[in-house]
Amino acid sequence: MRLEIQDLRVSYGGIRALKGVSLTVSEGSVVTLIGANGAGKSTALRAISGLLKPDSGRIVYNGEDILGLAAKEIVRRGVVMAPEGRRVFPDMTVRENLLIGAYLRNDKAGVEKDLRYVMELFPRLSERTWQMAGTLSGGEQQMLAVGRALMAKPKLLMMDEPSLGLAPLVVKDIFAIIRRVNQDGITILLIEQNANASLRVADYGYVLETGSIVLEGNGRALLENPSIQEAYLGRRRNRKTEPAKYEVSMNSD
Amino acid sequence: MSAIIQHLANALSVGSLYALMAIGYTMVYGVLRLINFAHGEIFMMAMYIVFFGLTMFLMPWYVSFIVAILLTAALGVAAERLAYRPLRDAPRISILISAIAVSYFLQNLATVLFGGRPLTFPQVPLFTSMIDVGGARISRLLILTPAVTAILLIALQYLLKRTKTGMAMRAVARDYDAARLMGVDLNRTIAMTFFIGSSLAGVGAIMWGMKYPQIIPTVGAMPGVKCFIAAVLGGIGSVAGAVVGGLALGIAEVLIVAAAPALAGYRDAFAFVLLIIVLLVKPTGLLGEKTTEKV
Ligand SMILES: Nc1ncnc2c1ncn2[C@@H]1O[C@H](COP(=O)(O)OP(=O)(O)O)[C@@H](O)[C@H]1O
Ligand SMILES: [Mg+2]
Repeated sequence: MRLEIQDLRVSYGGIRALKGVSLTVSEGSVVTLIGANGAGKSTALRAISGLLKPDSGRIVYNGEDILGLAAKEIVRRGVVMAPEGRRVFPDMTVRENLLIGAYLRNDKAGVEKDLRYVMELFPRLSERTWQMAGTLSGGEQQMLAVGRALMAKPKLLMMDEPSLGLAPLVVKDIFAIIRRVNQDGITILLIEQNANASLRVADYGYVLETGSIVLEGNGRALLENPSIQEAYLGRRRNRKTEPAKYEVSMNSD
Repeated sequence: MSAIIQHLANALSVGSLYALMAIGYTMVYGVLRLINFAHGEIFMMAMYIVFFGLTMFLMPWYVSFIVAILLTAALGVAAERLAYRPLRDAPRISILISAIAVSYFLQNLATVLFGGRPLTFPQVPLFTSMIDVGGARISRLLILTPAVTAILLIALQYLLKRTKTGMAMRAVARDYDAARLMGVDLNRTIAMTFFIGSSLAGVGAIMWGMKYPQIIPTVGAMPGVKCFIAAVLGGIGSVAGAVVGGLALGIAEVLIVAAAPALAGYRDAFAFVLLIIVLLVKPTGLLGEKTTEKV
């Protein structure tokens, strides 16, 4: 598994959202892409998933340029996204949501096995298999969104702000799950505004600002980088400096 | 007593026909947020196809029925492919206007191809012969129509709840992008929705033709409007709602006229009155969700 994005450019009706983004995700790693609201993080994931058509660039997955492929072809190759805002199907049961995650799969036994895996990962879901997804709490819906993506048997799991709007304790659970899933062999591309928590789990991180990567490095190194601390972690070097111009992300611990 | 049985059987069969056609409106609305104004014309075409299958090509009835249902389904799929799909990302009003255009196009096409003079839907004795039920002499059709409808509804429910195609339809009706992220093919799923909705209209048209045998190019217009109303009554977007709305409308129409024959001339107006009342009391329809807008 290797994903390599080269000089990706995306615009919405003339307004440029990604201005030449390059990044690499290598086998077995957790890579995070952080940035303030509106930086273009979701746009990047939507382009990789085939939900929107980039202006130019290359998205090379295992040596094949997947840019321009239909979304289902990208899922079929094992690149799966849990979208921003969870987007579970509210009038389907938890079980149906998980099964539709396996929409492209025909290996019944494998699907059953992964269903058990997801239930073990999220015991809260296993108690609620027949409940309508729309009646779950925000945290449970996020677990369902991740579980649904896992049912597609991803090689690369992309998550768009899984901690958004969740209570700190639930955020902790979600990040623990990210670690666990990664240890089970799934490569992860994680998008977050919660820079602190995501840089802690990540092997490597990229910082996106208004459509361009402005900084990259090991998770630890980025955590200790003063400009990151100021802009994303809510720590200021000097009380007299201007307030951080970026939205300050929630500190999970 | 025999009159009551007669009226009840009639009410149930008219209600069933409305339900079958209302499902097409509600399913298409579900996946496209579009009122498919051409649905009544698809229904009309099915009647002509059966007519020519039986009278010109001398097919056995079951062959002509199957051919008519398949061609009707294909016609619905073609309308989606040619007139709706290219406008999927356009403003809502464009696709709505396109649906009205398809409706007029099919009406005029039928006039050109088949002429404006009324044709008589051929009778199939197996369906239209009279039988005895509790002392009442009624047409077999009055029993068969609800029975066929019930079987189709069970099959549809199975499809929607138990098959991947059905799950994909429900997912697409809720959230295009989330469905695509699961690997669902939007185009295929929407085409499938038209296929099913139109084939149900085809079945409805056959039973309608045996009950009301006159065929003219505008024959689909009034059932079309009424079944659209039935779908709204039940809560558009909901299949169960379409069934409830269709049955309620059909039963109300027949029984009101039976109880007060003086009102027979106003029969077609009941649907509109019922619609106004329901929309005033419960704007989302009987079984409608709170919001039908896409997020
Ligand atoms: N559908 C859209 N149409 C027009 N502009 C959009 C659309 N989606 C996002 N944008 C714009 O693109 C930029 C990047 O958005 P997005 O990728 O959602 O950012 P992020 O996920 O980092 O918050 C923003 O300026 C946003 O307003
Ligand atoms: Mg975003």
